Amino acid sequence: MTDASMGAAVPRQTKSILIEDARTKKRNAAERRFRAYGLAAICIAVLALIILLTSVLGNGLSAYKQTFLDLEVALPAEKLDPKGNRDPAEMAKVTTLAYGPVLQQSLVAKLAEMGLTTEASNKDVGEMISKEAAATVRNYVLAHPELIGGTVEMNILASGRIDGFFKGRVTMESAALDKNTSPEVLVIAQALKDAGIMKTRINWDFLTNPDASDQRPEAAGLGVAILGSLYMMIVVLVLSLPLGVAAAVYLEEFAKKNRFTDLIEVNISNLAAVPSIVYGILGLAIFINFAGLNQSSPLVGGLVLTLMTLPRIIIPARAALKSVPPSIRDAALGVGASKMQSVFHHVLPLAAPGILTGVIIGLAQALGETAPLLLIGMVAFVRDYPEAYSSSTGLFGDPSTALPVQVYNWTQRADPAFVERASGAIIALLVFLLCMNAVAIILRRRFERRW
Amino acid sequence: MSFMKLTASTLAIAAITATAAAARDNVHVAGSSTVLPYATIVAEAFGENFDFPTPVVESGGSGAGIKSFCEGVGEQYIDVANASRAIKDTEIADCAANGVTDIMQVRIGYDGIVFASDINGNAFEFAPEDWYKALAAEIVVDGKIVANPNTNWNQVNPAFPDQPILAFIPGTKHGTREVFDTKVIEAGCKASGDEEVFKAERGDDGAKACMAIRTDGKAVDIDGDYTETLSRISADVNGIGVFGLSFYENNTDKLQVATMGGIAPSTATIADGTYPVSRPLYFYVKAQHIGVIPGLQEYIDFFVSDDMAGPDGPLAAYGLVSDPELAQTQADVAADKTMN
Repeated sequence: MTDASMGAAVPRQTKSILIEDARTKKRNAAERRFRAYGLAAICIAVLALIILLTSVLGNGLSAYKQTFLDLEVALPAEKLDPKGNRDPAEMAKVTTLAYGPVLQQSLVAKLAEMGLTTEASNKDVGEMISKEAAATVRNYVLAHPELIGGTVEMNILASGRIDGFFKGRVTMESAALDKNTSPEVLVIAQALKDAGIMKTRINWDFLTNPDASDQRPEAAGLGVAILGSLYMMIVVLVLSLPLGVAAAVYLEEFAKKNRFTDLIEVNISNLAAVPSIVYGILGLAIFINFAGLNQSSPLVGGLVLTLMTLPRIIIPARAALKSVPPSIRDAALGVGASKMQSVFHHVLPLAAPGILTGVIIGLAQALGETAPLLLIGMVAFVRDYPEAYSSSTGLFGDPSTALPVQVYNWTQRADPAFVERASGAIIALLVFLLCMNAVAIILRRRFERRW
Repeated sequence: MSFMKLTASTLAIAAITATAAAARDNVHVAGSSTVLPYATIVAEAFGENFDFPTPVVESGGSGAGIKSFCEGVGEQYIDVANASRAIKDTEIADCAANGVTDIMQVRIGYDGIVFASDINGNAFEFAPEDWYKALAAEIVVDGKIVANPNTNWNQVNPAFPDQPILAFIPGTKHGTREVFDTKVIEAGCKASGDEEVFKAERGDDGAKACMAIRTDGKAVDIDGDYTETLSRISADVNGIGVFGLSFYENNTDKLQVATMGGIAPSTATIADGTYPVSRPLYFYVKAQHIGVIPGLQEYIDFFVSDDMAGPDGPLAAYGLVSDPELAQTQADVAADKTMN
């Protein structure tokens, strides 16, 4: 019997758990495949991120550097103050267009002094100086009229093509084909750089300057866009935080469960999924055409983004309130707190980290939004810094742009130098978003309680 | 309680918002993306040299610009609409219905439309006829109207290289497309004599059929900007794109331009009319806003001044073909001469 049973047990012994049979192998293989899929998915995502970041950083970091030249500018009185009475009102009639030739002459004189000869015409040499420089010098002269007739040492912008040459964007080969510059001019630029007159240095003006026209990419900056985005975020925060939290608290803690609140809930979820451009159409109809608020103003932009952000704040806020255990409420009510006291003294503080995370993520989304701003006139060329409050336009009523809009604008410009500017603006936008997300993570880490 | 404070401040802001007078002290411009670079150059120089704030310039296309221009009279509506085509009668009627009755039409100059391909590709010398035969949906072969059989440029014209037809043309929402259709395709249809056949077979209305563009992928509509056309050409060396002259002049290191009817496009050949594909650029001014919006009159005067729009001005340097009748335009603008 024993032998027989032993004999029968022999084939079963091969089914040791240490030796995989066909089915186990198949199941294990399936698991390995699944893991490989997952790993591949992550690898693809990481690769995409790396490609994105290298392309943006590779193109954009150079926007934070700019080529300048130190030039002794002669200020001939007969050109800059034709009446000769040093009256600021008279001098202001000399436009920047008259300052261009003055700068050109100074540079030509400087080249002669250095003993540089070139086949390039004086006009081509003058093109090495940014058109923005004329405005810089004019403003300086109007502020210091006593300098007229003498010379003044100024640090002025070089043109976009020269700047591109020192950044590797423009080469001798491309310059030979380019109508806006020539190899001869680049040779002079190299000589000026070797002499220490032309320098490529860190340029924080990129973050503070306003936008510039297509003819002067070298002067374009993000100042107006950053201010506009900041004002809009203030409006969004101030409006959507109290409104969103109040709505979430009411719906979660006080509202009776009935068809009406069900309807509201469904609508809030639906609104969160509505394409953002729809809010732009709404904003144009209500805030601009009906309420008569200013086009292109951060106030209208902020109001539109508030509408868009509200459902995106209410949903996580409700989830955060829901995650507070009922025992907290019961305990508060049990020691005699009113419903409102239990909510404001106990539930809301415990839910605050979750709510704040939702708010910050909602703000970050609003910061990167372009589509609704298109319809309310914020996709525009704006050069004057918007004021937070002015008596004529009211609170946040000055026209402005926003960071993502500036990126969109610059990608459409003809001059290739704007590609670098657009990438530089993307870097600024990413840094802003990273900071906001970091704040959200810190808040969550510090105050979150697990149950 | 901080929550109460927040609510109170919200209400306070809402109150300020409601009472804020929506006054505007800057000129507001919108419209054609072709005119946009010129308008920004003028706006920038205007802001630098005058005591008025820099005008705000929006893009969006001629049609969208005129539409928002026609929405009404008042500070919340724009003052100037840029357009790369003339305003239509329906749009004028639209304007009038909303009270915008005094419209000034200002022609700032001419814009050339050029045909350019990748600098490393083949060079071309086009005539309008070639474009018609390459891109029309139907052409006449042996006296019969047939669906366009041409797939390579050498089938269109034996002088051309054996290169697949691939054209990037502006989408129908662009003003440029209208010019392309009439000055290239329709002109080519007439020049080749095909129009007669279309008229004979389909009546006078049938002649419009030769303006239809083929839809088999040889002609690609670009709804975006010229930067998109440029990147499509960079990706495919066989592509030939339609650009504005100023865009080409800023990218001469990447593009080579084709001649049209034996004439190379330049500001000179467009100004004297020998280069055939060009169109006037306009802006429209709401005369009812002059005197209400500070700086509006000064802005439009400055725009058409010789310093800006003249043949040696910055606009011409950027690629605008200066208007030979600029002096007349300046006088009209100074007198605030309206249409009709």
